[in-house]
Formats: sequence, C-alpha cells, structure tokens
Amino acid sequence: MNRSSMWEAVSGIVKRDLLLAMRRRSDAAMSVFFLVIVASLFPLGVGPEPAVLRTIGPGVLWVAALLACLLSLSRVFTADYVDGALEQMVLVPQPLAVLVAGKVFAHWLISGLPVVLLSPLLGLQFGLDGAPLGVLVLSLLLGTPTLSMIGAIGAALVLGVRGSGLLVALLVLPLYVPVLSFGAGAVTGSMAGIGGEANLSLLGASLVLSLFLAPWATAAAIRIALE
Amino acid sequence: MNWSKYSAPQAFYPLAGRLIPWFAVVAVALMGVGLYMGFFVAPTDFQQGESYRIIFVHVPAAWMSMFLYVVMAIWAGVGMGLNARLSFMMAQAIAPTGAMFTFLALLTGAMWGKPTWGAWWVWDARLTSELILLFQYAGVMLLRTSIDDMRRADRSSAVFSLVGVVNVPIIYFSVQWWNTLHQGASVSMSTGSKMAATMLMAMLIMTVAFWFYSIAVILARVRCIVVERDSLPVWDEKPAVIQEAVEAR
Amino acid sequence: MLQAVGLSCRRGERRLFSDLNVKVEPGTLLAVVGENGSGKTSLLRIFSSLLPPEEGSVLWDGQDIHQLKELYAGQLTYLGHLNGIKDDLTPLENLMSATSLAGEPCSNKGAKEALEAIGLKRPIHHLPSKVLSQGQKRRVTLARLWLSTRPLWLLDEPFTSLDAASTSVVTQRLLAHVQRGGLAVLVTHQEVALPAERLQHLRLVG
Repeated sequence: MNRSSMWEAVSGIVKRDLLLAMRRRSDAAMSVFFLVIVASLFPLGVGPEPAVLRTIGPGVLWVAALLACLLSLSRVFTADYVDGALEQMVLVPQPLAVLVAGKVFAHWLISGLPVVLLSPLLGLQFGLDGAPLGVLVLSLLLGTPTLSMIGAIGAALVLGVRGSGLLVALLVLPLYVPVLSFGAGAVTGSMAGIGGEANLSLLGASLVLSLFLAPWATAAAIRIALE
Repeated sequence: MNWSKYSAPQAFYPLAGRLIPWFAVVAVALMGVGLYMGFFVAPTDFQQGESYRIIFVHVPAAWMSMFLYVVMAIWAGVGMGLNARLSFMMAQAIAPTGAMFTFLALLTGAMWGKPTWGAWWVWDARLTSELILLFQYAGVMLLRTSIDDMRRADRSSAVFSLVGVVNVPIIYFSVQWWNTLHQGASVSMSTGSKMAATMLMAMLIMTVAFWFYSIAVILARVRCIVVERDSLPVWDEKPAVIQEAVEAR
Repeated sequence: MLQAVGLSCRRGERRLFSDLNVKVEPGTLLAVVGENGSGKTSLLRIFSSLLPPEEGSVLWDGQDIHQLKELYAGQLTYLGHLNGIKDDLTPLENLMSATSLAGEPCSNKGAKEALEAIGLKRPIHHLPSKVLSQGQKRRVTLARLWLSTRPLWLLDEPFTSLDAASTSVVTQRLLAHVQRGGLAVLVTHQEVALPAERLQHLRLVG
C-alpha cells in the first residue's frame, strides 16, 4: 500500500476519535479532574508546610499524572473492541501497528495533553516556580506520550478479560517506573540546581524507544485478543 | 537421538519424568556442599562479621531470578515464533520458580540489610529492580490466570514477558541513575573488600545448585501442566499416546 | 478464487469442524448454513484471517492468506456480526469513517447515495446513531457494500433484523456483485434468493 492511503487511514482514525471525544466531552475532562483532586489531596495529607510541599511536589505531580494516564487507558480500545470497530481496524490494508500509533496519539491528545497543560497551575500549588516549573511541563510533555504508548500494550492485553481494570494497573505500573524516575528526577534536578537536561534527554530517548517498540507489541496483543 | 521428537508434549512427558530425579539429586548435593563452604569454610568478613554469609543464598537467588525471567521470555518468544505448545508450557512453568527466587532475593536482602545498614529496606538500585521484577512476574502469572482461553492466555502472557524483558535493564539503569541524584539514600552494596576465592567458589556452587533445582522443579511443573491441559477432551482423538505417557510414569 | 484446504478449527475445548475443503469461484456466492454453535462464524473469521485455523490453510488465488497479510486485506470487505457503529456519530459519519479506515474513502455525496440505496432517508443521515433501531444500524453497516470495490465480501448474518424490503435490496446488491465477477461468503439462516448457478451451500454440522 502506498504512503498516502496509509496517511489517510491514520488521520481518519485520529479525526474519528477526536470527533467522538468532542461528542463526549465529560470523558476527556475526567482525567483532568482526577489529576487535580489527587494533587490536592497531598497537601491535605502531609500539611501545608511550603518546604515539605516543594520537596515532594515533583514526585507527587508526576505520580498523579501517571495515575491519570493509567485511569484513562481503558478507553483506548475497549469501546472499539465491544462494538466491532477494532475488528475492522485489523482487517485493513495498512500495518496495524501504524494505526495503533494513530489511535494512541489521539488518546494522548484527549487525555494526556490536558494534563500537561494543567500542570503549571498544580506546580504553583506546590510552590514550584521559575525553571523547575518549566522543566515540569517539559518533562510531562515528553513523558506522557510514553505513558500512553506503554499503557496501550496493557490495555490491549486485557481486552475482554474479567477484572481488567485492576489487572491493567498491575501490568502497566511496573513498566512506568523508568518514566516516573526520569520525569520526577528532571524536576528535582532542576530544583537542586544541577539542571534537568540529562533526565529530559532520557525521557526523550524513552519516548523514541516506546514509539518504535510499543505499537508492535500492542498490535500483537490486539490480534491475540480478537482471535 | 531425535530431539525434535520431544517437542511434542506427549513425548516430552516421560522424558521429563526420567530426568527429574537426576537434577534433583545433583541440586541437593550441590546445595549441601555450597552451604557448608559458605557457612563454615569461607572466612569471616572483617567489616560485616558473620552476617554477610547470607549472600551465599542472596546473590545466587538474585542471579537466578533475572536469569529465569530471560529464559521465560525466550520460551515465550519461541512459542510465539513457532507456535509451539511446549514452549508456552515451559514459560508457564518457569514463572512461579522465578518469582520464588525473586522473593527469596528480596527476603534475604532485607535480612542482610538490617545488620549492615540498620534498616530492613533501602532503596538501593538492585533491591528496587528486584522488587519491580517481582511485580512483573506477578503480572505474567495474573494475566495468565485471568484469561480462560488457553491459547490466548499463552500468547498474551508471552507478549507481556517479552515487553518486560526489555524493561528490566531499563529499570535497573533508571533506579541507579535516580540513586545518584538522591545522594542521601544511596547505598553501595559491594562489600568493598576483595572477595576470597572460597567465597566466590561457594557462591558459584550455590548458583549451579539453584540452577539444577530450577530445572527439576520446572520439569515437574511442566509434567503437571501437560496432564492438566491434556486431560481435557481436546486430545480425545489421540488416546493411545496419553495411555503411553501414563504408563511410562 | 478463495479456497479452504483441510481446515480444522477448535474453540476452547470444542472441535467445531475438521478437514474442511471448499472452493469459491469468482462470480459465485457461498452460503454457510448450520445450527447455532456449528462454527459458521469461526469459519468466516478464518476466511477473514482474524482467526488462524488450527490446521490447514486458506488460499487466495493460490497463495496463503497469512503470507499475503495486508495484500489480502486489500481484497476484502468483512462485515462481522458486530456493527462497528458508534452511537455518538451520525450514520453519515459512521459510514465515512468506516470506509476511510478500510482504505476506500468516499465522498459525502457517495455516502449519502449508499445510505439512500439501502433505504435510509436523508433526515436520518444526521441523527446520532444511538436513536436508530437495530435494523437501521445494521443497514448503516451494510451500506458499505454500495461503496466497496473489493472482490471478496465476507458477511456474517447480513439479513439479521432487516425487514423483507431491505433483505431484497441487499440480495440485489449481492447479485450485482457476483455478476461483476465478485466473490462472497455469507453466514446465514435464511435462504438467499440468487440463481442456482451462482449459489453454493456449505452445511456445517456441530
């Protein structure tokens, strides 16, 4: 198949998913609300001491963003699996992995990007400002697509499996560890004055690696689920 | 001897049954020798005293836990590539043993940590990677048990094992990197002093012992899996072969 | 030409069929009939390459479909028993996104004509699909047949929840397809009103 029809199929999927998200705006808003609530719980739990909040801020915000991504994973493929659209996706003359990448990109636009855009406000709540705040946003911008890519593997593996909500968390969270430590490390490093560049580069490398590998694993998992 | 013949579960079953006692005997013998060397022959460490001797269990267990994960992923990959039932059974049989060694490594690590660092748990790169490895083993096993269809269970857990095998070195690197950033919590696990030849010897003997133990246990478990799967009416057409396997036992 | 060679299939612990051989020539339709649970849908899924057969192979013009992969997908239109209809999209949007995904993008006008051909009037085109009846949703899915230029059609129970008029419209469309030299495999409980020389039956016994 030639490249233009591949592009057409991928952009068709992205457009359709964005249109669906527009029709159901509450779905997209949910992960953002979740992020805000989780991040707001921590000051209530550990106390309003600014120094403490500043210390735990990067880690808390990153963990909250990670959980928000995790929670939205069930929406990547489930609806398409139930109504038969996923079958159609497998039976097209384009490589499934490329279509999967398109779907995950749409999912990131809907549930990952809002998290990134909201993060500076939450950073201010935790007393971050200046360079660390910028590094926080940048680290989430590089890290959340990786979370979506890796999470899609788990989401595809548990399609139609009983207890899939909890199972996907157990499968995916261990895989999120490197991204979490690079991401939170970048912000902490920037606060400590040693800069976040090294960690940001590692986040970028993780993104590239997951872009190359994750769609293939996800495609394999989808085929297995549809057999 | 035609090895490919044994890639069929029915043929593998009696072969495994004949091999298990040999591996078990060697494992027990080597474990006895290794533990004796570790506890009585190896010299006392001048910094840590006697408590360091847990490493004769801890280090081989940690090695085995990682090694078995890789072996499990290889069998899973072979199963996916060749669509071989026995490979998936091997992968399924390895997971519990690997998880057991991971748990053993964590437990002995904590036991070693208390007298050495004064804490049961430190966020050392190796211990943390072992913990994540345990989660991955748990994920492989839980995914398998949540799926009723055997073929899908095999293949889905294979995909997850293969993804995990890419992840393990990245986790190790990331935690080590994370530790250098958080200097306060950083703890070096290397003993500092040069390892005596007898210590190294004891550790290697223990590793080989664990290796033989793993083979014996995994073969026994594969036999159970063969019986479990093939007692299903799936093999109704080939009753003669089953009969033979049962007789050989 | 579509050919099944020595196919056998097992779902879970149950053997559905074994050593099944069948040939579908261009210009003919194969109607797969049989009781519930006899493996009709599984056979169609094997033909579509979604389900790998336990033994045997499916050949398209002499080549194994699992080697052809995407090339084979480019030959086929598969409509399963699930409609793939999104409740939040209109019939028009559903149809257009399905065809563009399949690699046969159609114009707004073409999609409207296809929907009208299967008896969905213009006002319905712009309603959200969740208000449609089961039969109307089925017709939105089947409208793809008016836009498909693929030689091989695989249809799972296309006539379910269709009224008599729609059934005959779809049958006419199937006839036109085979008369142009197309192939079709149908899983169905109903008689297909096609000329005998274009029709072949395969009965599966569970």
